[in-house]
Amino acid sequence: MAEIRVIAGDAQTAAAAPKRHLISIEDLNHEIVERLLATARNFSRSLEREMKKLPTLRGRTIVNLVYESSTRTASSFELAAKRLSADVMTLRASGSSVEKGESLRDTIRTLTAYQPDVIVIRHVQIGAPKLIAETTSAHVVNAGDGKHQHPTQALLDLYTMQEALGHLAGLQVAIVGDVLHSRVARSLVQALNLVDASTICIGPPALIPRGFEQIGCEVSSDISRIETADVVYVLRMQQERIAAGENFVPSLREYSARWGISPKRLRPGQVVMHPGPINRGVEIDPRVADSPGSLIEAQVRSGLVVRMAVLYDLLTQGPVSLAPTVNMNEVA
Amino acid sequence: MILHSKGGSSASFTIRGARVLDPGAGVDALLDVKIEKGVISELAQPSNRSGAGKGVAAEGLVLAPAFVDPHVHLRTPGREDEETIASGSAAAAAGGYCAILAMPNTSPTVDNAAVLGALIEQAQEEAKVPTGFMAAISRGLAGQELTEMGELAGAGAAAFTDDGQPVRSAALMRRALQYAGSTGRHLALHCEDRALSQHGQMHEGAVSAELGLAGYPSVAESVAVGRDLALAAYEDQPLHLMHLSTSESVELLRHALVDGVQVSAEAAPHHLCLTDEAVRSFDSNLKMNPPLRAERDRLVLIEALKSGEISCVATDHAPHARQEKDVPFEVAPFGVTGLETAFAALYTHLVEPGLLSLETLLERMSAGPAHAFDLPVPRIGVGEPANLVLLDLEASWMVQEERFRSLSTNSWLLGQALRGEVALTIAAGRVVFGAERVVA
Repeated sequence: MAEIRVIAGDAQTAAAAPKRHLISIEDLNHEIVERLLATARNFSRSLEREMKKLPTLRGRTIVNLVYESSTRTASSFELAAKRLSADVMTLRASGSSVEKGESLRDTIRTLTAYQPDVIVIRHVQIGAPKLIAETTSAHVVNAGDGKHQHPTQALLDLYTMQEALGHLAGLQVAIVGDVLHSRVARSLVQALNLVDASTICIGPPALIPRGFEQIGCEVSSDISRIETADVVYVLRMQQERIAAGENFVPSLREYSARWGISPKRLRPGQVVMHPGPINRGVEIDPRVADSPGSLIEAQVRSGLVVRMAVLYDLLTQGPVSLAPTVNMNEVA
Repeated sequence: MILHSKGGSSASFTIRGARVLDPGAGVDALLDVKIEKGVISELAQPSNRSGAGKGVAAEGLVLAPAFVDPHVHLRTPGREDEETIASGSAAAAAGGYCAILAMPNTSPTVDNAAVLGALIEQAQEEAKVPTGFMAAISRGLAGQELTEMGELAGAGAAAFTDDGQPVRSAALMRRALQYAGSTGRHLALHCEDRALSQHGQMHEGAVSAELGLAGYPSVAESVAVGRDLALAAYEDQPLHLMHLSTSESVELLRHALVDGVQVSAEAAPHHLCLTDEAVRSFDSNLKMNPPLRAERDRLVLIEALKSGEISCVATDHAPHARQEKDVPFEVAPFGVTGLETAFAALYTHLVEPGLLSLETLLERMSAGPAHAFDLPVPRIGVGEPANLVLLDLEASWMVQEERFRSLSTNSWLLGQALRGEVALTIAAGRVVFGAERVVA
């Protein structure tokens, strides 16, 4: 009998709630960001316990759709769902009906028949998460769509900065490298604007998109401009960008010499971040990546708690007070 | 003969009490227009005896020369699931058109007289409005060898174009200009430097920077426009520029016109009504080539349309199958439909807000394109063949899939309310749309 009541209750709340998604940083505001970061902090404390699993999302179903190769994002979403006791399925495009030519909309209709609560989507094509949100009754979380957005990466970056530096408002962040092909840069600039931090994007001229300053950052090709930054955020530089016919930069060697982050380019007190995977010796000197000022590993740890916070927040009704976010008495 | 349609009975009736508006002929008056055997036989003061004889009660409506669309994709042969000559010409009839020109980028390509001849025969069987066919500039649109333009012109090609593909080689472009001149047919050019547009999905600017969609810069068009205008000037041959989208292209066009280059140009309703801001929705029905540009480009296009530097509205009606558009923006094909919405879209977005006069819009949708391709110019005058559109400017209507005669529904206007509705179309003397309005 008790179980029947639970199911009925769920059905009612689901019907009443406006469906929330996290597709772009534009789905957030200052208040929601604060709430998510605070929730993540609470979860982080819970992970210090020996028994790390929380019962919070027991009985919920989370589908993790991975249409683009991903190690850290896919694994961290899967672990986040498991830490919260949700049932999680991870489906990869290879070996699925996607390979047999099924359309994205049909795949989502099929999966929606299982009534998942959340669909987490990683896709090479821009706008795929929005198409999914139009098709499914589940909440949709964008785990990266082409060059468009990667909102949970931006949130975990904010969380990492706040933990390391104690505050976000007023921070100066220099994003260095291939901004043109980076969904991380797009999401992060917007997220930093939401928390009143400022950004400068620095890189080779052809890799800074025309008009990018209009989303709310400075742009420059002068690497010495990193000097005033509190955080130097290094983007991955891909070999493909210098393939014949592309010519975004003449060579990786020249890129490294002009925009690579070496110890001598940094001043004491600056911290360095990178969304991974890193190319040691190309965009970042190994001595920098492994230095005490590197937050690269902290970013990976933050990813888990921030994704727990995102899943939790979407599946609870609207703004929640922070106190009961993690009720330790609930811990099984 | 360039235009072909199926037969039918010629109209003989009177359209009573409409505001008859033919700006090119200097007509703007309340008149009864009498049509006998498909020819306008009398323009008279409105009679008070309503219901006298067979006719259309048109009080409160505007009667204008029917429209000419120089840029339509009928997808035949090869993709008859997307459009046929019958469905596309029915869509044209519903949009107020009395003539359309179809593009040759079909499968197989219209690059030889056999394919062209078969299309013409088919049009004589099923085209509701007079339809002409352009042939390719290069075999298979491959940009390597010229088509046999002489034979194609003889077989009835309306003009030559590689639309959908630019003519990449300047040398081939020059040869095409030289040779087409000897056939008496114009070249219509899709201007795009593919090395610059590359994998571009939308206009390169602040919106593409934010969305991360690959940019298709405005210079990818204008660099090609500049090249082709220079070649046309050098060879002293005529040229038609298709679907101009950028202010830089208009600037080049303006200079060329001043310099006496024989050039005409067209703009599409979507470029005149929308900007790249609309792409934020990721609606694949906002994806076309050239892409939606910035507001500044849009305003420059409207100015050029007003001045006549751009003398044609062309829909670039490009039907696509539902399943091909119902995918993420990046993988959707380029192209949107337009035949059934062009007038209402432009009336709603340009005329009603005061950006363009109704008179100018009517000219650019009818006489402008007809002149550009040496087609008969629809006129309202005694002795003229009846090519007429009756417009209800007060009517509001919703753009809905079910309304379309086109087999495809990839319209950028779906779900929108528009003002201005086509009530009746007469093409080459035959009622092709709105026959129920004619009462005995």
